[in-house]
Amino acid sequence: MKAIVKVQLKSGVLDPQGRAITGALQALGYEEVIDVRQGKIIELDLQGTDHALAKQRVSAMCGELLANTVIEQFSVDIID
Amino acid sequence: MRVAVIVFPGSNCDRDAADAILQVTGRWPKMVWHREAELNNIDLVVLPGGFAYGDYLRPGAIAAQSPIMQQVLKHARDGGYVLGICNGFQVLTEIGLLPGVLMPNSGMKFVCKPVKLKVENCDTSFTKGYKNKASINIPIAHHDGNYLVQDDELSQLEDNGQVAFRYETNPNGSVNDIAGIINSQGNVLGMMPHPERAMGKTDENKDGEILFKSLMEALQ
Repeated sequence: MKAIVKVQLKSGVLDPQGRAITGALQALGYEEVIDVRQGKIIELDLQGTDHALAKQRVSAMCGELLANTVIEQFSVDIID
Repeated sequence: MRVAVIVFPGSNCDRDAADAILQVTGRWPKMVWHREAELNNIDLVVLPGGFAYGDYLRPGAIAAQSPIMQQVLKHARDGGYVLGICNGFQVLTEIGLLPGVLMPNSGMKFVCKPVKLKVENCDTSFTKGYKNKASINIPIAHHDGNYLVQDDELSQLEDNGQVAFRYETNPNGSVNDIAGIINSQGNVLGMMPHPERAMGKTDENKDGEILFKSLMEALQ
């Protein structure tokens, strides 16, 4: 099974990259873009079949290493 | 003063730091590879600048998991001195020896230039050679120096005099213009500017040397 981890800056934390992307999109003529928040996706290949356990352990990995919870939030999806 | 400079893959100011230590103590420090698991008879650990592990994931995040960092944690908890410069400051926040985080500069650019700092607290082992509220020149060179910390921790830093250095003109968006902070016990300092680059070698500026001399005096 796989875990798909999404890590993103918490709302309220200034996202300079998102701001730069916003400006670039607007410069391309996409004036409907109000704001962009960017982040990263981390894909993990995992042993085992227990989704609940996997979600619990991957969440622990996020807390310990994959995300810095001072500024980042994360979500974990387990897929087959 | 027995000094260890930790060397990570991607450190690039380790020799500069060692040279600064040599200039002040007359002895070349012990260079400790990050995979080593022991740190014995050391008074001061220096975490140098650079891009440990290529800043993968987040600056300092992978370096904080290196075997030697468990020893650095123990050293700090036993009251040993730790100085984290630039990338070293990022490692110290990632491992939790200092609060907060260093985010990408608000201007999205790598900034490399001399800056003026105000010495906010000269009553620490790292800064006692400076005059209080002195204005000093120390170079910066970083992409991720935008210090951010939760509001309650920020108040704590400010109220306890744990802000050691503040930028006179904010180059990176750091909250409260913070350039360097010290832990509440006073034995761990993290700073983005590079004191090892202000040792009077290439110009007259020796403002960085004062920091190393202060430490040496504290350890004698």
